[in-house]
Amino acid sequence: MKHVLKLFSLLVVISALWIGLLQASIIPQSHTWLLPIYFIVSLGCYGLLMVGVGLMRFPTCPQEALLLQQDIAEAKDFLKQKGVDVGSD
Amino acid sequence: MDAEKNKYSIIVPTYNERLNIALIVYLIFKHLRDVDFEIIVVDDGSPDGTQEIVKQLQKLYGEDRILLRPRAKKLGLGTAYIHGLKHASGNFVVIMDADLSHHPKYLPSFIKKQLETGASIVTGTRYVTGGGVHGWNLMRKLTSRGANVLAQTLLWPGVSDLTGSFRLYKKSVLEDVISSCVSKGYVFQMEMIVRASRKGYHIEEVPITFVDRVFGSSKLGGSEIVEYLKGLIYLMVTT
Repeated sequence: MKHVLKLFSLLVVISALWIGLLQASIIPQSHTWLLPIYFIVSLGCYGLLMVGVGLMRFPTCPQEALLLQQDIAEAKDFLKQKGVDVGSD
Repeated sequence: MDAEKNKYSIIVPTYNERLNIALIVYLIFKHLRDVDFEIIVVDDGSPDGTQEIVKQLQKLYGEDRILLRPRAKKLGLGTAYIHGLKHASGNFVVIMDADLSHHPKYLPSFIKKQLETGASIVTGTRYVTGGGVHGWNLMRKLTSRGANVLAQTLLWPGVSDLTGSFRLYKKSVLEDVISSCVSKGYVFQMEMIVRASRKGYHIEEVPITFVDRVFGSSKLGGSEIVEYLKGLIYLMVTT
């Protein structure tokens, strides 16, 4: 099944539950009508939270740039000795 | 799987990587001492003399270890992999970039992970502990994180780093997946891993560090973002 269809089926199930709630009147109707809005807003907040948290915890590796420079120097030395042209690119 | 009988074909597409290709070959040989491998350089007619350097490297390391399989002009990444695959004699294939943003020192960890888990694909991820990125400013990190959250929400891909292109594949799996991918650029990398995930292939991740050496070149303008969104929608609908 294509992924968009999976998402669509999920949406259909959630909508059916919502309509069921509307008809069964377990929760007062005024509240039930607002549920989709609550859902969308919560989803949006969750998304923003994930972005924010991810940004704060974004893994960085400043030492890697230094290690890379060392590796490059080592490589250039070796290759120069062996006759490979490692002049400026 | 008998570890002694494994051979790894490392496909490196190049365009104007005269210096980097030499450095990367040196580093691969340094970090894969007891491994049976070959490096397949797919050069798209670089005007800077990349192919001459590769020939010098062949004299040094052997023409059986470094294969030069060039093409006449820039023809794109996907076809570069397909071209390289045709000449690959290993039972595993590694794809990596030539500009040293992918460091060969992680190759042993890819191999080890695959042997431990028997995975069909091992993909490098920059976004977990032990991995990381250097050289991105705040805006770039924000865009990356936003894009990732969106892709995770919409696609449920099963991997943490969708656009990464440092990966180890079983050769038969790469052949299967690549035949059904049609996108270009980094959306191609996303399509590869999502299709593989949908097909049920066992995918494992290893942390890698990524040093972005192209400082100041923010490849993320408005059109890139639009391309990305179009790519996401395409993947939602076709996978």
